[in-house]
Amino acid sequence: MPASGWIEVDELYCKGCELCVTACPKEVIALDMDRLTPKGYHPAHLAAEGCTGCGICAVVCPDAALTVYRHVTQRKQPSSLVH
Amino acid sequence: MTTSQPATLVYQRPTSFSEATTHYCPGCTHGIAHRLVAEVLDEMGLREKAIGVAPVGCAVFAYNYFNLDFVEAAHGRAPAMATGIKRVLPENTVFTYQGDGDLASIGMAEIMHAAARGENITVIFANNAIYGMTGGQMAPTTLPGMKTTSSPYGRDVELAGYPIRVSEMLATMEGAGYVVRASLHDPAHIRKAKKAIRRAFETQERGLGFAMVELLSSCPTNWKVTPNEALEFIAKQMVPAFPLGDFKVHPEIAKLRV
Ligand SMILES: Cc1ncc(C[n+]2csc(CCOP(=O)(O)OP(=O)(O)O)c2C)c(N)n1
Ligand code: SF4
Ligand code: SF4
Ligand code: SF4
Repeated sequence: MPASGWIEVDELYCKGCELCVTACPKEVIALDMDRLTPKGYHPAHLAAEGCTGCGICAVVCPDAALTVYRHVTQRKQPSSLVH
Repeated sequence: MTTSQPATLVYQRPTSFSEATTHYCPGCTHGIAHRLVAEVLDEMGLREKAIGVAPVGCAVFAYNYFNLDFVEAAHGRAPAMATGIKRVLPENTVFTYQGDGDLASIGMAEIMHAAARGENITVIFANNAIYGMTGGQMAPTTLPGMKTTSSPYGRDVELAGYPIRVSEMLATMEGAGYVVRASLHDPAHIRKAKKAIRRAFETQERGLGFAMVELLSSCPTNWKVTPNEALEFIAKQMVPAFPLGDFKVHPEIAKLRV
């Protein structure tokens, strides 16, 4: 089963710079043109299925706006579990 | 997107980062550089004893963005201020964060002598080849031919000289324990840059002398390009002019696995 995950974008911090959009190897991030952040930017959001939870988007984000999660597929116990 | 399937946390905002939103332009790599410093301080458990020294330049408000002790230096004087703090509080971890105008122009004397004295401090040097804060004037690091508000036809080396390669110069200093140039233009290089920042703090924690990481950085606003185009400019124009590399690495740090 391929790795799967999701991202959460904190709209307080996101400035719609699109660095994550370009960096995402799965091309699943886009700017949400229907929303504006408190600072007035179109925020990034997951626009398609296929996020692997690889965390590459978070590596490039200048505003630490992203939280990344990955679903647990193996039986081994991960260090920090969230639901 | 959350399901009942259990999940692991892959990445979250570092605790050494404050809750403040930054005033940086969208996509400016000052934010990436700050975030990497915060991640390293978290991972090394140094947040409680770290003291940052902020520069004059776009990073002038850095003290608001980190969740740790910070002071603000006069333009270019951060290494002198860090020297004083480290000598009085040797148990604390002291670092400066400086731009290329701050470090390589008005503050050239301070950085050179701090390195020559082997001050046991860590310097994070964001080189974006321009004076960002004041409206994009030519810096000592501006590339030949590069257009800035004070070199509107491109930097003319006959008139304004050549860019200064600070890392190569500081690596000649006996007092320097760690001098590395990294880049922030793509995920792989950002990961390497983080390792360099980690080693620069390890150098200080082990008392091995002056440590500096130069980070090739962007200024999309004054370069007048999009944030993604700015990263491309770093890769295509800045890296050839400012070669990446480990210019000086103390043997004790070289064998460290981070
Ligand atoms: C004594 C003094 N001289 C000049 C200035 C004007 N000044 C403010 S920031 C700056 C240069 C900043 O450039 P850099 O260090 O490259 O930082 P960036 O803004 O690009 O991050 C200058 C010349 C000042 N504030 N104080
Ligand atoms: S975690 Fe990886 S796959 Fe998912 S959005 Fe971020 S970069 Fe794309
Ligand atoms: S990199 Fe960060 S700030 Fe830029 S668009 Fe993506 S989430 Fe927003
Ligand atoms: S002016 Fe340039 S260096 Fe300053 S915050 Fe904007 S993009 Fe960054």
